[in-house]
Amino acid sequence: MIAVAPPPSGPVPYAKDQALALLRDMVRIRRFEEKCAEMYGAGKIRGFLHLYIGEEAVAVGALHALRPEDNIVATYREHGHALVRGVPMDSIMAEMYGKREGCSRGRGGSMHLFDAKTRLYGGNAIVGGGLPISVGLALADAMQGVSRVTACFFGEGAMAEGAFHESMNLAALWKLPVLFCCENNLYAMGTALARSESQTDLCVKAASYGVPTLRADGQDVVAVREAALGAQEHVRSGHGPFFVEFQTYRYRAHSMFDPDLYRDKGEVEAWKTRGPLHTFTARLKAEGKLTEEEFLALDREADAEVERAAAFAEAGTPEPTEDLARDLCAPEGAR
Amino acid sequence: MTRMSYREAMRQAHREALAADPRVFLMGEDVGLYGGTYAVTKGLLDEFGPQRVRDTPLSELAFVGAGVGAALGGMRPIVEVMTVNFSLLALDAIVNTAALYRHMSGGQFPVPLVIRMATGAGRQVAAQHSHSFENWYASIPGIRVLAPGTVADARDMLVPALAHPDPVVIFEHAQLYNMEGEVPEERSADIRSAAVRRPGSMVSLVTYGGSLPKTLEAAEALAAEGIDAEVVDLRVLRPLDMDTVLASARKCRRVVVVDETWRSGSLAAEVMARIAESAFYDLDAPLARVCTEEVPIPYAKHLEDAALPQPAKIVAAARTLLGRSR
Repeated sequence: MIAVAPPPSGPVPYAKDQALALLRDMVRIRRFEEKCAEMYGAGKIRGFLHLYIGEEAVAVGALHALRPEDNIVATYREHGHALVRGVPMDSIMAEMYGKREGCSRGRGGSMHLFDAKTRLYGGNAIVGGGLPISVGLALADAMQGVSRVTACFFGEGAMAEGAFHESMNLAALWKLPVLFCCENNLYAMGTALARSESQTDLCVKAASYGVPTLRADGQDVVAVREAALGAQEHVRSGHGPFFVEFQTYRYRAHSMFDPDLYRDKGEVEAWKTRGPLHTFTARLKAEGKLTEEEFLALDREADAEVERAAAFAEAGTPEPTEDLARDLCAPEGAR
Repeated sequence: MTRMSYREAMRQAHREALAADPRVFLMGEDVGLYGGTYAVTKGLLDEFGPQRVRDTPLSELAFVGAGVGAALGGMRPIVEVMTVNFSLLALDAIVNTAALYRHMSGGQFPVPLVIRMATGAGRQVAAQHSHSFENWYASIPGIRVLAPGTVADARDMLVPALAHPDPVVIFEHAQLYNMEGEVPEERSADIRSAAVRRPGSMVSLVTYGGSLPKTLEAAEALAAEGIDAEVVDLRVLRPLDMDTVLASARKCRRVVVVDETWRSGSLAAEVMARIAESAFYDLDAPLARVCTEEVPIPYAKHLEDAALPQPAKIVAAARTLLGRSR
């Protein structure tokens, strides 16, 4: 069993409104995904469904450190990133239901949420697949003189892929504005870090490309946001890429098909003592920035948003099969 | 008319594309300082500078994937993947990203990217440098596949490929770079149609790319025997221009497809299947093909020659369809 650190604690250096905005997004993700699991059981959502439950502080803290004009490249475990980024929950749930009103018009499903408006360049279902894309997005910005950060999220499993090493090298060589965000949840599907990596210190691996690195407690939304703030500042001011490792843990199985036989149940329970929602809630309460009533109100709002999204998805329309090949290629003669 | 080599025609196309649109840039292994493995891009670094003519590390997956990202980010990249053999290392970026993103994002993220690569055998560079996988790429929805087989097409296909809103893969047969030909002043922007390179009436020889000169040579040999062969150059391998192919098949009533990919699952197999589906009753003889023998391409010249489509094999296939023997 992997040793587990004490729960995140200490003062929250944010005004009440800002702190509650972080909490609200974490609760929205949690309630949304609980509903997804329920609807998966009900047969409304099919295919692969990878829940982010337990890891919410990473997407919330990191994305709250970025700006609306930044690019986001995510993985197949990206419901949270899409929600925090501002993709309407309705259109995400409709996508999970495979409806035309979905953010990818029912073509993508859970693993392929796309949204041009919020510059979300997709969930990507190939481990490491997003890394080279993020390098290219950053290259385009650098060549066009656009000041923007491309944040690329990937799991520690992706660091065993050639795509990670090739992309780190290229981004560092060309000094491109990429913020590499490693969501280290310790398991590449069922394979623990120490069973797949000769070097388990991920920052050491990244640093070998001359890229500055930082490690943050991914269960602490404050630590995540502060790490991401500093890192994005470095990237935005033209100093090239930055690598941040967020140490986190997923409380649910890898996907709905995963019997979760490769982890010690005690380990999962120990990590739950470091849950990003309840530890942050407790800290805010201790500092007088949150009352139980306020929490319950915020939770009810999230529930109501989720119920509206589920109703919207249920009422959505299936794409006509005549439009099967829609958006495969540009119409003839298009520019 | 101006006379130039296929290589010079390609270079001219790059120069014009880079000059015409600031969004266009070129990247790949040794495209800059070295001047390109096949010298296609020689001089472009001096002319356009290192921002727009970018030498990359030997990281096919990353720089092709970066091409996808740059296209998503508003640029019009030309990515040179030296040869099709190395494109196997970049398949994820091409197949799982470039080809899928428009559709998988519900139309939000088209990828206007051009990927160029040399293909084919015939230079005694052995099995790992002699592949032809145009058929694989041509089987993938979401990308367009071009195979310029003439000097004029080498000059004229790049610019419309860059203007195309979706990923375009261009295959340049390595044996063609030294080929010289006349090119007209006016430009063609056609990346849609096949072309009849030699009109004929008795047998249709359908081919593309590096097999085109061999097929034209075979047609001349057949003419000397009184067999009037038509030669159709596919030019565009996806989507296939079957109207032109079927018109030729119906006119000649006999078809040989010539294709340097391996016989099993070859592009020839697809073309033949489509002819059989649509023009079966217009044919006077079974469909025939000349493909590469199913062996890794050997180094020794006589073995390599034996493995590849050759004019003599094409002539023999045509004769058989016409019931002639020698």
